[in-house]
Amino acid sequence: MNRSYRILPIYTGDVSGVCSALFELGGMVVMHDPSGCNSTYNTHDELRWYDHDSLIFISGLNEMDAILGNDDKLIEDIVTAAEELKPRFIALASAPIPYMNGTDFDGICREIESLTGISTFFVKSNGAHDYTFGAGNALAEIAERFVTAPARKRPHTVNLLGATPLDFGTQDTVNAMKRQLTDNGWEVLSCWAMGDTLDTISRSAEAVVNLVVSAVGLKAAKILEKKFAIPYVVGCPIGDFTSDLCTALDHAERTTQSCNALDQNLDFSNDIVTLIGEPVVMGSFGHAIAKKYGISYRLLCPLENCETLLRKSDCSVKGEEEMDVALRSSGIVIADPLYHPICPENTVFYELPHVGFSGRCFRRKLFNLFDCTI
Amino acid sequence: MLKPVRPSSGLELPIGQADYPVPFAWGLEFNPPAHGGWNIVHIGMQLPQAHQIYVCAANCMRGVVLTAAEMNASDRFSMVILEESDLCEGTVEDITIEGTADAIRKLPQRPPAVLLFTVCIHHFLGCDYEHIYGELGRLFPDIAFIRCFMDPIMQKGGITPDQKLRRSMTELLPLRPVKKKTAALLGSDFRLNETCELKQIFSESGWSLHEIQDCKTFEEYLSLGECELFVTVYPNGVLGVEQVAKRLGRDFLYLPQCFGYEEICTNLEKLGKVTGNNLKKNGNFPSKCDELLRQTRELLGTTPIFIDPSLHPRPLGLARLLLEHDFCVKKVYLDAVSSEEEIDFYWLKAHHPSLLLSPIIRPEMRLKRRGDEEKVLALGQKAAWFENTPYFVNIVQGGSLWGFDGIMELCRLMQEAFLYEKETQDIIPRKGLGCESCV
Repeated sequence: MNRSYRILPIYTGDVSGVCSALFELGGMVVMHDPSGCNSTYNTHDELRWYDHDSLIFISGLNEMDAILGNDDKLIEDIVTAAEELKPRFIALASAPIPYMNGTDFDGICREIESLTGISTFFVKSNGAHDYTFGAGNALAEIAERFVTAPARKRPHTVNLLGATPLDFGTQDTVNAMKRQLTDNGWEVLSCWAMGDTLDTISRSAEAVVNLVVSAVGLKAAKILEKKFAIPYVVGCPIGDFTSDLCTALDHAERTTQSCNALDQNLDFSNDIVTLIGEPVVMGSFGHAIAKKYGISYRLLCPLENCETLLRKSDCSVKGEEEMDVALRSSGIVIADPLYHPICPENTVFYELPHVGFSGRCFRRKLFNLFDCTI
Repeated sequence: MLKPVRPSSGLELPIGQADYPVPFAWGLEFNPPAHGGWNIVHIGMQLPQAHQIYVCAANCMRGVVLTAAEMNASDRFSMVILEESDLCEGTVEDITIEGTADAIRKLPQRPPAVLLFTVCIHHFLGCDYEHIYGELGRLFPDIAFIRCFMDPIMQKGGITPDQKLRRSMTELLPLRPVKKKTAALLGSDFRLNETCELKQIFSESGWSLHEIQDCKTFEEYLSLGECELFVTVYPNGVLGVEQVAKRLGRDFLYLPQCFGYEEICTNLEKLGKVTGNNLKKNGNFPSKCDELLRQTRELLGTTPIFIDPSLHPRPLGLARLLLEHDFCVKKVYLDAVSSEEEIDFYWLKAHHPSLLLSPIIRPEMRLKRRGDEEKVLALGQKAAWFENTPYFVNIVQGGSLWGFDGIMELCRLMQEAFLYEKETQDIIPRKGLGCESCV
């Protein structure tokens, strides 16, 4: 049965994904939930919580309000807090109970917006999806609502879409990723959403290309392509793959055609390295390994809605049982350390902690793929 | 449900102007990054040899599965994921039964007991718990299934998941022939200090006192059903321990961890009546306490003290004790006043009306200026975070403190905390103080 798990944990959920994506943008995020989503998010999924102020709260939904549909209380609480804290926007996310009782989030948002004059929106979520869904929807809302038409285009500039600590860990990692691009002649205009403000991000349409650095950024990239004709490229500048990625960026700037730089057909030896995780970061890492060592890789992707980012040789894996089967023939595995116990005994295992999977368990061992020799 | 009469929305309020039992308005909630308190995973792991299984959606599951991982106890944890379709298609009961059965079959060995946690979703869908547990009991007659709940949606209007779990764990205890002069101390998470009067009284009167921390096997735990007396010292344990005592026809004592000399003496008298040993007559505890408090006050001088309820269930009782001994208690962080502290609340209101209260979870607290240049002492992890201080006493839920001995131990901890810095940012985000932590 693929619903039961004995060994593996589960990836960060969609509600935490919403919060993670919007954390640094000066808005107020309200999880409509009794309690658990909040502590899960700020304990396990948010490395910035201790000393980085961000207006992320929980509604504290109780049984009677859930049954009787006391949306007025939610609205009043949000309006009261917004008047005091003056956020740039207000975003709502939903836990399972509000989803089950059919809470009219769009209506609630309209009401709050009319009372506060602050842009208010619901980010599609219900506590039953993984973070790529929630964070992806959150950045998509930012793309829809806040990016303005450019006064001019700036040649050889790029936005990074889809950077959250869930996939990238710390700001140092993101800074190193930016350096890889600037060292290759690209100017990074904005990073969605680590290290840049909403104002910076709202000017993203000045860039000529968007770089989707994780699955989280894909939906926003498609919106920006549709609204502002900005092509996007999928991939991360890791190791020897960086030159290929920059070639793809050049091509996208020249042709305004979007592409997935990971689509290249790599055909090296039969030695196979298995990577597990988010498809863009791990796929780029796999390409870097493949180019450097002349071996091929396959990616096992346990995250949902990532099929369009996978190559034919990659595999979407759902649940512990499928992962167990998929790993049986793996000689070399690179993955989060919490995957190690499910690997066959003779597997050669390389640890690559992923916050979106093991949370802060290995925060002292986070690895900067953009600032190392592979 | 508690309702504030005249709530304040400010960041602080003199207790003289505060209302009982809710001084601050409830609204959106902020969660400060101090996580030393125990959650249901930590509490459940105390049941020896038992396995925990949670059935819930992804976002809710994440917190508990990583709690188990962080405390290096993943081998005693399984989960069953509810998907979006389950929420609408009426399959939750079937998935709960099939998933739990599957999780058990995957275990390398059959546990004697399974703590099965259902969640708000089960509650709202009106799941038939009798069917779920009945079917699981039929499939696994050798396993004791313990009905546990992770339903925080209920906690403001009724019994919290923490209280329910402690109750479920005691419901397991079977009726067995009484073993004379044996007592079970249950419902709390920390073994009391061996030097405390409670343990001395039991020991000197020839009683044997058993704590859950003593139990190495499930059978040893079940043998607590033989005890003549059931005791708890922790408020969240009262519900379960009192019920089990009643069900088994045994005596029950609630001897709370507290700071008032009079209340401690009352507790000792209650204990003396049951054991026939009144230690109070033999020891000069109050004067010893006074002396240690005086020494501590001398060391701290006028250092401002900040208290929060994560340290101890009686933050106002502690503030009162310290103010009665001339300490400079500046502020108590709390969102509501427990009924056990009503007397202390009104005493402080009358005698120290300028003592500040500050909320913990109100949204404004996210942006509160954290600390300043002045050296302060925090009693509790949350106060340590709000005051941004390395000088803090690091215990949670009252720790191992009890009675006059507990006050003296706290004095020693305050002196140590005042003299030596701690790595606050490294310590307080760790979950479940006292449990293993890989963080």
